[in-house]
This record gives sequence, structure tokens and C-alpha cells, in this order.
Amino acid sequence: MAILETRGLKKSFGGVLAVAGIDLTVEKNQIVGVIGPNGAGKTTLFNLISGYYPSDEGEVFFKGNDITGWPPERIVSLGLGRSFQVTSLFPELSVWENVQGTVLFTRGKGLSLFSRATGQAKEETARILSQVELLEKKDELSGTLAAGDRKRLELGIVIATGADFLLLDEPTCGMSPVETSATVVLIRKIAEGMNLTVLFTEHKMDMVFEISSSITVMNFGSVIASGRPEEIRNNKIVQDIYFGE
Amino acid sequence: MEKTNRTKLLIGLAVALFSLALPFVLEQCFSQYYVYLTVKIIIWSLFAVSFNLVLGYGGMMSFGHAAFYGTGAYTCALLLARASWPMPAALIAAPFAAAIVGLVIGYFSVRIKGIFYFAVLTLSCSQLVYIVVFKWRSLTLGDDGIQGIPVPSFISTLETYVYCYFFILIVSSLCIYILFKIVRSPFGLILRTIRDNPERATFIGVRISNYKLIAFAISAFFSGVAGALFVLLETSVSPDILKWSVSGEVLLMGLLGGMHVFLGPIIGAAIMVLLNSFVTSYTEYWGLFIGMTFVCIVLFFPEGVGGVVRAKWLACNQRKTF
Repeated sequence: MAILETRGLKKSFGGVLAVAGIDLTVEKNQIVGVIGPNGAGKTTLFNLISGYYPSDEGEVFFKGNDITGWPPERIVSLGLGRSFQVTSLFPELSVWENVQGTVLFTRGKGLSLFSRATGQAKEETARILSQVELLEKKDELSGTLAAGDRKRLELGIVIATGADFLLLDEPTCGMSPVETSATVVLIRKIAEGMNLTVLFTEHKMDMVFEISSSITVMNFGSVIASGRPEEIRNNKIVQDIYFGE
Repeated sequence: MEKTNRTKLLIGLAVALFSLALPFVLEQCFSQYYVYLTVKIIIWSLFAVSFNLVLGYGGMMSFGHAAFYGTGAYTCALLLARASWPMPAALIAAPFAAAIVGLVIGYFSVRIKGIFYFAVLTLSCSQLVYIVVFKWRSLTLGDDGIQGIPVPSFISTLETYVYCYFFILIVSSLCIYILFKIVRSPFGLILRTIRDNPERATFIGVRISNYKLIAFAISAFFSGVAGALFVLLETSVSPDILKWSVSGEVLLMGLLGGMHVFLGPIIGAAIMVLLNSFVTSYTEYWGLFIGMTFVCIVLFFPEGVGGVVRAKWLACNQRKTF
């Protein structure tokens, strides 16, 4: 069953067509990788799906709802959480507060004015922080974390939104090879453990082929191939894009 | 844990005793003027802490908070002087009037992106309120202001400011405590996420403008209480209370005291009121001293005096732990 579907999605900036009519379908509980050279339109596609930009043409369906033109906060409420290429956290808050604030908001406590935040949602916050392996660093200011920890915390925030569909934009960007492998294991473990669907972009090919159940290849704003990892690996056009003729 | 609670209790008791004894000591050892100054500091403290909900916790650089302070003051003054309302009713109505003005100004301002535009819009709206009060002579008496506002004798007498001190201390402490609860609540935490990273806050599902508007209205409400208390102290009010310079002063208090520390603006209020009062008795160029103090604090203590105190306190506690 398709959880996400885009039909003829288009977006241009000035005269540049960044996304040129994309049809994409993501089935429930899949881990789908989107690859392509720099400027292929991957991040723009993510921005269109998540409501960051309005699309010029086309439609986005999520869980059967036409979410085209919806503001991001409304899309999030349906269970779509996203991470950013440049990690986006609350830098002046502690690691704990980053996740706890999100959990409290997701639980509908955001407008609670007189109860004390500190004692609330402790168990869930701790569970999410242990999932992303940051419980030991819970008191550190998130702005002072190393790149790998920042990416993991962002993943924790996305999970804390209660999302069952994760849109991860380069989740291992800036990580060392060791951290990358650990993060791959982590994402797979979380996705499988929580029955999540993941759509992600990445430049590290090893990681994409290791983790994805399906891969979509983009170039110049269009999808040029889509299929299982081994199909993509043997696809002549994809080989040409990445290795030249 | 027990030790922490005992320390808190001791600090609380010490503050309560100090507050209780202060007006009598000032009256005996110095003069009534110092009691008056203390009351002024308390009122400005409430105003500055209310304002800091918007600046320090919401990340909104409002340059129009005089509008809410002034609305609170004028509502209280008009209800007492013109409508002969009982004082408690006027004191309750004033902050609601300020909150309504806050909701209107906030509705248009919180949607604006960018600190500069937000500051200019709030400043413009506040100047609009100033002009309305200034020009509407039939109601507000224009630049003459409203004098001789009837305030019950259990608050204001010609002989002493001590009653006024206790009344204003109790009301202000209660308001500051409520603001403290709000800052530490889930709402306060969400507000800080918006201040830190509005984009990320949107992508956890927060409708930013709603939260900012609520914070703005709460801040306006308590600024209105401060304005009403000002009327009870002075028994008069003039359009000067709505001037842009009042918005500037409360902003400086927040920055001087430290906008990321809850009690920071109180320190800022004390510094500003005392500097203003004592320097003016020596020179007419008091603004120069305020300016120089401000420049020094921004250069050497960018987190404000409260920020420095907190950093020292945390460092001290950490040393004890190790």
C-alpha cells in the first residue's frame, strides 16, 4: 500500500527547473533511497513533499490525503517527520530538552501554561534518547555536539514527533566512515523496530545500497531509474551518470 | 535533594525577611524617597520580566511595549478617576485592556519575519496608541495627563510609601511567580524552541504565529498590571508613559540584566532606576552614563549581569561536585 505518492511534481527557481514532473510512490515500511548527482533536485523534492516550498504543478498524496499546498506543521501532524541536510536542532537547549519539548508538543501539552515541564514525558524522552544513543549526553547543550551526535539528535527529534514516515536528507552527512556504518545500523534498527517508512537521500553509495529496499535515481530534476538495489546497480544509464560512458 | 530543599527554604525565608524589613530600614535610616525608589524598581521589574517573556524566551524584539504599560496605566487611571470604579476592579480590568491591545498589535506583528521589521511594526503600533491618547483630550486630557487619581488610603497616603510598597510587592511577586511558572511550563519550552530555531519548530508541528501571539498577549497582560501599579504609586499619569523611550528603557533593562536569566531583568530594572535617579542629581547628562554603562555591559558581559552571576554560580556548583 502506497503511503506517499507524488504525481507530476514540478518546481522551478527563476529559469531553472529543479524538479521536472516527478512521479514517485513509496510503499509502507519500505526504506527508499533517492540518489543523484549534486543539483539533481533531491532536496527540492523533499522540500516539496514536506511543505517547505509550494509546488508549481503536481500533487502530493500522503496516507490518502492530498497534502499539496499544506503548511509543514499540518503535514507533520499526519505523521511525516523530516531531517535537514544542514542539521536543524534547537542549539540553546539541552539534548534532553530538544527531545522532551518535541514529545510534549506531540502529546498536545504545548499550551499547558502552569504545569512544570521538567517532570513530564521523562520515560518517552529517555527511551528516544537511548534509541539514538544520546542518553549519556542528555545534559549537554545541543549546539555544542559533534556532527555525528547532532545528526542522531535530529533523528531523535523526528522520532519524537510521532512520525511513522521519515524524510531524511543526507542522514550521514559530515560523519566519519565508522559513524556512518553505526548510523546505518541505527536507522535500520529504528525503522524495523518501529515499523517506519523511510525516504532518504544520500551521497554515500555503499550506505544507500546497504540499507535501501528500493532506490530512485534522479538527474536534472527527473527520475531516470527506479527499482531494487541490484537492478539499479546494473542499470546502464545510472552507471553512465555516476561513472561516465 | 533534602539539602537543596532546605537551601531553597532558607533563601526564601531570607528574601521574605529582607523584603519585610527593607521599607522600615529605608524609612528610618534614609528617607521616604528611597522607599519610593524601591517601589519604582519593583514596578519596573514586573514590567521588565513581562517584557522578557517576549524578548528572552520568545526571541521577539518588541519595541512597542510602552503601549501595553501605558494602556494598563490609562485604563486604571480612567476607571478610577472618571468612572469611579473600586480600585480592585480597575486593577483587574487594566491588564485585560492591555492584553486586548497586545492581541491586536501581536496579530499583525507575529506574522512578520525578521527582527528589524518586527521591531519597527511594534514601534509604529505603540506610537499610534501614544498619538490616540495624546490627541483624545476629551477622554485623556491630552498632554496634561490625569492628576489626583483617587487611590485608597490603605495603599497611598501622603505620609508614607510603606503601604504602597507592600501592596505593590505582593501583586508584583504574584505576577512574577505566575510568569516563572509559565516560563518553566511546556508552553515556555515550546516558546524557547521557536526562539532557537523557528524552522525546526515548524517541522515538529508548531504553529509558530499562534504561540508567539499567546506569549505576546501574556506579556502585554502583565505589562498592563505594571502600568496599573504605576498609577497607584504616582496617582497621576501622562502620555509620557506611552513614549517610545519607555519601550527602549524596558528593552535595555532586559539586555543589561540578562535576557536568558529569568530574574535578570530585575537586576536590569534596579540598575536603570538607580542610575537614572542618582546620576540625574549630579548631572543633566544622565543619558550619557546610561549609554556608557550599556556599552560596557554589552562589550564585556554580553549575557548581561544576570548571565554573569548565573555562570559564576554554575561554575561554583560544578567545583563543589568534583
